[in-house]
Amino acid sequence: MSVKYETVMGLEVHVQLDTNSKMFTRVGTGFGKPPNTLTDPVVLGLPGALPVMNREAIEKSIKVGLLLGCKIAEVCKWDRKNYFYPDMPKNYQISQFDQPICEGGEVEIELPGETPTVMGEHRKVMLTRIHLEEDVGKLTHYERDSLVDYNRAGSPLLEIVSEPDLFTPDEVFAYLTSLRNSLVSAGISPCDMEKGQLRCDANVSIRPVGTTTLGTKVELKNLNTISGVKQGVEYEIRRQTKALENGEEIFQETRRWNPEEKRTTSMRSKEMAHDYRYFPDPDLMPVKIDPEWVKRIAKEIPEKPFDKQRRYMAEMNLPYTATAALCGDRPLCEYFEKTADLTKDSVKAANWVVNDLLRELSQAGKDSDNESEISVENCPLAPESLAELINLIEENVVSNNVAKELFPEMFATGKSAAELVNEKGLEMKSDGDEIESLCVKAIEDDPDAAEKYKGGKEGAINALKGSVMKATRGQANPQVVDETLRRLLSS
Amino acid sequence: MDSNSLISKTATELSGELESGNCKAVEIAQAYLEQIDRVDGKVHAFLHRDDDDFLAQAKDSDERREKGETLGPLDGIPVCLKDVISVEGQPLTAASKILQDYVSPYDATVTRKLKAAGAVIGGRLNLDEFAMGSSTENSAYGPTRNPWDLERVPGGSSGGSSAAVAAREAPLTLGSDTGGSIRQPASLCGVVGMKPTYGMVSRYGLAAFASSLDQIGPFSQTVEDTALLLETISGHDPLDSTSYPTEVPSYSEFLKQKHEPCTLGLPKEFFGEGMDDEVRTAVEKAIEFYKGKGYEIVDLSLPTTDLSIPVYYVIATAEASSNLARYDGIRYTSRSERAENAVDVYAKSRGEGFGEEVKRRCILGAYGLSSGYYDAYYLRAQKTRTLIRQDFERAFEKVDAILTPTSPTPAFKFGAKSEDPISMYLSDVYTISTNLAGLPGLSVPCGFTESGLPIGLQLIGKAFDEGTLLSIAHDFDRELQFGRQAPNLED
Amino acid sequence: MSEEPSMDIDYVTNLARIELTQEEKDKFQSQLGDVLKYFEKLQDLDVEGVEPTAHAFPRFNVWDEDVSKEGFSSEKALKNAPKSRNEQVVVPKVVE
Ligand SMILES: [Mg+2]
Ligand SMILES: [Zn+2]
Repeated sequence: MSVKYETVMGLEVHVQLDTNSKMFTRVGTGFGKPPNTLTDPVVLGLPGALPVMNREAIEKSIKVGLLLGCKIAEVCKWDRKNYFYPDMPKNYQISQFDQPICEGGEVEIELPGETPTVMGEHRKVMLTRIHLEEDVGKLTHYERDSLVDYNRAGSPLLEIVSEPDLFTPDEVFAYLTSLRNSLVSAGISPCDMEKGQLRCDANVSIRPVGTTTLGTKVELKNLNTISGVKQGVEYEIRRQTKALENGEEIFQETRRWNPEEKRTTSMRSKEMAHDYRYFPDPDLMPVKIDPEWVKRIAKEIPEKPFDKQRRYMAEMNLPYTATAALCGDRPLCEYFEKTADLTKDSVKAANWVVNDLLRELSQAGKDSDNESEISVENCPLAPESLAELINLIEENVVSNNVAKELFPEMFATGKSAAELVNEKGLEMKSDGDEIESLCVKAIEDDPDAAEKYKGGKEGAINALKGSVMKATRGQANPQVVDETLRRLLSS
Repeated sequence: MDSNSLISKTATELSGELESGNCKAVEIAQAYLEQIDRVDGKVHAFLHRDDDDFLAQAKDSDERREKGETLGPLDGIPVCLKDVISVEGQPLTAASKILQDYVSPYDATVTRKLKAAGAVIGGRLNLDEFAMGSSTENSAYGPTRNPWDLERVPGGSSGGSSAAVAAREAPLTLGSDTGGSIRQPASLCGVVGMKPTYGMVSRYGLAAFASSLDQIGPFSQTVEDTALLLETISGHDPLDSTSYPTEVPSYSEFLKQKHEPCTLGLPKEFFGEGMDDEVRTAVEKAIEFYKGKGYEIVDLSLPTTDLSIPVYYVIATAEASSNLARYDGIRYTSRSERAENAVDVYAKSRGEGFGEEVKRRCILGAYGLSSGYYDAYYLRAQKTRTLIRQDFERAFEKVDAILTPTSPTPAFKFGAKSEDPISMYLSDVYTISTNLAGLPGLSVPCGFTESGLPIGLQLIGKAFDEGTLLSIAHDFDRELQFGRQAPNLED
Repeated sequence: MSEEPSMDIDYVTNLARIELTQEEKDKFQSQLGDVLKYFEKLQDLDVEGVEPTAHAFPRFNVWDEDVSKEGFSSEKALKNAPKSRNEQVVVPKVVE
């Protein structure tokens, strides 16, 4: 009988904090600036340069700790992690070794449901610790040499380390998605993986089912997209399982995910085990975190995405699919909530936001050079306008169909629904005489349908309705049309 | 005024001459350049000169004075800096080959303060490579010679700074003191040298040796001048996280006030074996002098004294091994031509670029931090450092200052200790514990040996109480003025 | 530590990334052995329960507000670089 294996994984996630200046100097941070212009003596590690902490980075780290239910340190300090690499100007990284800013904590994840419209199982993935450190520069490799840009070097970087508490690639995917949603919602970081704002290393080990000790750990690097992470660990699990089944040994090593070839390859094994020679950085003083400060920050912690999702379902009766589309995106939720507040029907508001607004936003994003410019935060259409449109439908001023047609124009021009309806004369027609004569004409034009209806085929009335609506370019009040047709056909 | 009389003057006197219009800053600058031309071939205090820039600064000062602009306390006075202190646009070699082509793109905080005070910043002064040594023999650009005996060392590591003042090549210089690197060369060259309290003077722009111990401090002929220079460079600096936010009084004003005799302590551990007889005699005379002035002299004990050298060398080399990692042949230091890959760049550039003592200390420091040794070396040294600090705290409950010799011997001959690291390390035995405790210490000349070598007296004060320390030293120096005697450098 | 202190000089020089000649290695091995023996003194003292001193005058929360300032131009940043191209520092091929 063959042995069955199970996977145990832990993730180390690096997140760039969204601050104006770097972790230990006040030169600016940013992506896409000309190379080596976000530099100064401290970033370049020039002789005599000294670090000075960024208070905001510490505050943001505490916020993350609170968001993820960690224990916030009373005192944390800075250590130097010594190793040589060309992207690291001082050849030591200022990091936190034995006194990290946060310990423990958890990330709630949702596993895939039976179908995309069904909510999946939730569980909590335990965290080991979170520490703050400085980022390194960026190396670009060429045929014969490599180029270094130090713009990224020294940016505040938060390292979130999970326990070996992830067991399937789906869980890894769910973990990263949930973590990213939480961090983006709380304004910690845009977490754009393409810009390196969120980076992930995975520790993957497998062991025979039934054993409790961990298998040999392989560290996976270069997992640069969320789906890349999933594919990378999937590959690695297959590779390790096959190796064990073939009676081969798993080496403790670092492997690189190659997204083009869809496989992992061993990175040149370092000639010796890491010996980082950590010691307290004598250039920096420790941080004492006042409980009052933590309380103040706690007040700013936004509702967590999953909590919000539960509330939307319970209090507003939103369908799971709508909440799933909304809840990872805090500005979108704010937009939705504003809209819902101004209308009577939250479900309708949610549908408009999730279907129509998101569609227009994504279309506008595709049409624009700078995708990030078209976010819900600078959406040309205010929630008040969307609410007005929804209310016009409710009040039977416009039909649903007309509203659907109006929406893209409102989005493009920023004009209000009432304005456009007026301009175009699109108010719904409820005038009894006019609709009656149109209904009479419809019955005359399609006696077949009329006969079928009279013969008991209820659905046949729709064809007649359709031709009335068509004749009014959708402006006829469908309820009035319905009543009139039934009256005429029953007589 | 003739140039010989200008260069014999103190900075305070030169300020007076400038003020009363007896001479111009340009004349002072020229007088010093002539003296450097005359004697530096023998002394070799300077690594680099920029005479045009020097004269231009002097001319600027004269123009400010002529126009009646506000003048700084050092306006028109030359100050030369040890070649580890950054001056924008000037080289900074740290007496190392690895920095042979480096030009600093920024000013150290002390440089900025000197410029603001109107000082005329002169050439770059020699030192032991990266301030590692006690003789200035470890300079990649050749040793500095003691102006009192060219066969002997000037002390170190700030040997260029002490020799330049002794040889009247500059009225004021700055050095740096990690374990005695200002006080010991001051003693060996017969000038005043002071290490301020750790945190009094910003380290921003000082190429670090051991961050938790390094302090910049002044050299001059008199205590009065030291006070003048110290008050100019002291004060809290937001760019140095270890800089202490404390008020800097005008030490010059302090010295003008009457100072009541107080209590001096003699630590018995500093007066034991290993002290040269002539040094002992000179120091005993100084003690008699103080007694005669009404000072109370008490015996005390600093029982951890004999641990200060191993504690110091463990901590200083560990910090240095990390601080010097940035000199790697990548961004601004010389790159080995034999380097074929990135790993080569480090090992070969550092192997070629560093001198022997620097390599020795970086290796020792890396060892003390390495896996399995951290607790036994670095951590234990830091704990012992606490005991050393507490020894001083107890002593200062009873005394206002501690009086000791600065160095166990007068200047020694070249080569006498250079092949035996431990004997070289022991020459700092009286100065090292001051750095470990962070206290201010000062060396004031207190006589000469029969063969004409200077002897120095060390006074150690309470933290952040440089005023009292300078006053006590001034009580002695005002009357005896050994530092005003100049060596004969004629052929 | 009871046994004679010694240092794996190859291991440590590699950690410190300093290439030494064989002659230097031999010399350092013996000199540093002496230094380590001298350091043995440290082991005699009882430091149980003593807090380490990382800073002579420790303080907390020495920080700045998050206001960004202008940085170097790339020209200034690369002025001392031994080799540069496309406004970046050139390093020999980094083998991953
Ligand atoms: Mg890590
Ligand atoms: Zn990290």
